[in-house]
Amino acid sequence: MHIKSDVAISDSGFVFVPATGESFTVNPIGAAIIHMLKENKSVEEVSKQIFENYKTDMATVEKDMNDFVAMLKQYSLIDTND
Amino acid sequence: MTKQILTIAVTGLNAIDSPGPGVPVIRGLKEAKAFNARIIGLSYESLEPGIYMHELVDKTYQIPYPSSGVEVLFERLKYIHNQEKLDVIIPNFDAEMFSFIKLASELKSMGVHTFLPTAEQFEERQKMNLPDFGKKYDITVPASEAVFTAGKLAEVLKEFEFPVVVKGKFYDAKIVYNYEQALSAFNDMAAKWGVPVILQEFVRGTEFDVTGLGDGKGNTVAAVLMRKQYITDKGKAWGGIAITDEKLLKLTKHFIKETKWGGGFELEFMKDKEGEFYLMEINPRIPAWVYLAVGVGQNIPEALTLLALGEKVKPYTSYESGKMFIRYSWDMIVELKEFEMISTTGEL
Repeated sequence: MHIKSDVAISDSGFVFVPATGESFTVNPIGAAIIHMLKENKSVEEVSKQIFENYKTDMATVEKDMNDFVAMLKQYSLIDTND
Repeated sequence: MTKQILTIAVTGLNAIDSPGPGVPVIRGLKEAKAFNARIIGLSYESLEPGIYMHELVDKTYQIPYPSSGVEVLFERLKYIHNQEKLDVIIPNFDAEMFSFIKLASELKSMGVHTFLPTAEQFEERQKMNLPDFGKKYDITVPASEAVFTAGKLAEVLKEFEFPVVVKGKFYDAKIVYNYEQALSAFNDMAAKWGVPVILQEFVRGTEFDVTGLGDGKGNTVAAVLMRKQYITDKGKAWGGIAITDEKLLKLTKHFIKETKWGGGFELEFMKDKEGEFYLMEINPRIPAWVYLAVGVGQNIPEALTLLALGEKVKPYTSYESGKMFIRYSWDMIVELKEFEMISTTGEL
C-alpha cells in the first residue's frame, strides 16, 4: 500500500493532490506517517516506528493507524494499483 | 530590439457575477513577450467596467448587439478599423461568435485578423448537438435532448431520471427535481436565451475545466486544467486551482486532434466517482478564468494573437500546477463625464 506518487506533502503537514487540486492539513504525526508511506515503508513498519518514537502502546498505534489509513483511502490518496 | 505594437480589439468587458473574459484576456495581452498591445475595447453597454479601466483599455467603442445582424456589426467594425487600424479582433462571447465567424474573411481582406473555429466546428459543438458530437469524436458526453416547446417537455422528460439539468441555449443551467421545476426552468431559459432549451442527464461528480488553444490543424498549442474551488450561485468559479491530470489532458488533446479545433476554447468536464470524465460543454472562446493560464505559464491570448497573424507559435507543453486564482471585485470611481461620453457618442 503506497501513497500516490504525485501527492505532495510539505514540512508543515500541508498535503496537495495535483490531479484534483485538493488539499488537506495533517498534524505532525500524520505528516510523519505520510512521509514514511511515501518512502514505501509498510503499514507495519510505520506502526513500529511510531510506537518506538512516541509514548504509547502498540494496540493504540495499530487502531489509530487503521483509522488514518482508512481516511487516506477515503480521500483517494492511496495508489489503488497496489 | 523594440517590440512591435499591435492594435487588438477585445470584447467581453463586463464584470458582473458572471464576468466576461475581456479584461483577463487584455491582461494576458499586456504581458505578451512577442509584442506590445494597444487595446481597443468593444462594448455592448455603458456600464461594462473594462470601458473605464484606462490602464488596460486605450479606447472603447460600443458595438451593436448580435441580434442587430451581421451587416450592422460589419459596418461598425469598418468604422472602428478606419479610426484605429486594427490588427486583430478577439471576440469573447458565445452569443457573438457566430457573427465574427461569418465576418472573418471580410475582416481579413481589410487587414483585420481573427483566429476562430470554423462555422462547422462552432455549430457541431452546440449544446443541442452534444450527443452527436460525442459519438462522432468518441468522447463520453451526458445524454441530452433539445426541447423547442413547453408542450413537448413532459414527453422528453420521460427519457430522463430526475434530477435533470435544464440548460439555456447560450448560458445558464438549473438542476430540477420534478416536472414543475423543469417547466419553470424551461420558461425562464426560453425567455432569456430563446429555444431550444436543453435537458441533460445529471452527472454526479466533481467539475474540472480546461482552457486551451488549437492551431486548426489538430495540434494543441496550449492546455491548462483547473478545478473550481469557490463557486458562485451561477456556478462560476470565483477561485480555482491549476491541476495536472494525464487522463484529462489526453482527452483534451484528443478533442483538438479529432476536431482540428482552431482558436481558444473551454471544455467543462464532470468526473464521476468511477473516475470517468464526461464532457458537459464546449465553449468556443477563451473563458473568464484564462488569467490563471497566463499566471501558470501559458499565455493563451498572446499565442492566439500570433496565430491570428499567421505566425508560427511554439506550443506550450507544461505549466505550474498548484497555483490558484482568487477573483475579487473592486469599485472604481468614474466621472459622470466618461459615462456620458460612452453613452452618447458610443466612444471613450
